[in-house]
Amino acid sequence: MAEVLEHYLSLATKAIFIENILLAYFLGMCSFLAISKKVETSIGLGMAVIFVNGITVPLNWVMKTYIISPGALKWTNISGIDKVDLSFLKYIVFIAIIAATVQLVEMLLDKFSPSLYNSLGIFLPLIAVNCAILGSSLFMGERGYNLAESTVFGISSGVGFAMAIVMMSAIRFKLKYSNVPDGLKGLGITMILTGLLSMAYLSFSGIQL
Amino acid sequence: MSTKKNSVFSDPLISNNPITRQVLGICSALAVTVKVDVAMVMALALILVLTLSNIIISTLRKKIPSTIRIIVQLMVIASLVVLADELLRAFLFDISKQLSVFVGLIITNCIVMGRAEAFAMQNPPKYSLLDGLGNGIGYGMILIIVSVIREVLGSGSIMNISIFPASMYVENGGWYVNNGLMLLAPGAFIVLGLLIWIQRTVTNYIEE
Repeated sequence: MAEVLEHYLSLATKAIFIENILLAYFLGMCSFLAISKKVETSIGLGMAVIFVNGITVPLNWVMKTYIISPGALKWTNISGIDKVDLSFLKYIVFIAIIAATVQLVEMLLDKFSPSLYNSLGIFLPLIAVNCAILGSSLFMGERGYNLAESTVFGISSGVGFAMAIVMMSAIRFKLKYSNVPDGLKGLGITMILTGLLSMAYLSFSGIQL
Repeated sequence: MSTKKNSVFSDPLISNNPITRQVLGICSALAVTVKVDVAMVMALALILVLTLSNIIISTLRKKIPSTIRIIVQLMVIASLVVLADELLRAFLFDISKQLSVFVGLIITNCIVMGRAEAFAMQNPPKYSLLDGLGNGIGYGMILIIVSVIREVLGSGSIMNISIFPASMYVENGGWYVNNGLMLLAPGAFIVLGLLIWIQRTVTNYIEE
């Protein structure tokens, strides 16, 4: 039992710190740069990413394992179907699942939890086109995780993204009062700061799990 | 008429560059720029997808209901990305392995969605074609500049051909060591940040 727990814990640590989806793989940069101007909004976006990532990665795992991998349709017991290979449909299926989940989550939240909807609402549509979400699903496929592992991976890469964006918005808030060269204002200085942040995260790569 | 055509094509090259000015498509600009050849292939794949998606979406623009336009756009783009991915696997398998998930991520690359939404939905196909080409080439240019800097400083080579003599390196009794940081994530962020600084100083653009 302890070993199993340790396995998931180290998977989570790896996804949050060592292989941070934003600072090591550059995924989700667009929304990271656009949203990180205020702390409150970045907390909102971070929460929405954790939420949607935690749902879509396992859901896409199910789609991948039972529908689109080569021979995955064996459970239907139709003769000859184990030769069917739908893996070229991977991208379309993944993005359709993500877009549909986002829509569904938006409607459910609106109905059952208006307060959560009000705080996450405007960020949910943005998430359908956030590369961090599609990227996590694609990484899940490439690294061959099982269902439990992909759930843990989905949530913790969301946590990694949320941490990075909240940190960045706090730094940018302070930046308002500093004297930055004209051409470097805005995007340029944010890029360089992200570089420094990612350099700090590099120090986690010494951790052996 | 021809001036509009020209500006649609040439604006995104330098003054309204998708990466340094419009802040679109940063993810892949950072991730695939360790080697020049990989960056070139990625740029070609993006130009292909962006131009075709702009043409298709602007041809369909009057038939797409605005409530489901995001999903329609995503489906068009995703199908084109599948096409690009299959082509890469067929003809450039090694590079397609190095690009790993980033070809698939062209789907959510903000340039493609952004141009579809901002330009192709309002303009006829022939302008959308030029807009797609212009933005694709503008993106490719930045990708290649970043990757040249990173490959020269990080691996001491261009297109996998060493440019420094072997005797210059410390292992062979010289004085030079490659800067390993350039191959890692922070190198990419800092090179692109400095490039943005240069572009904005040259075009005189200040963000408030």
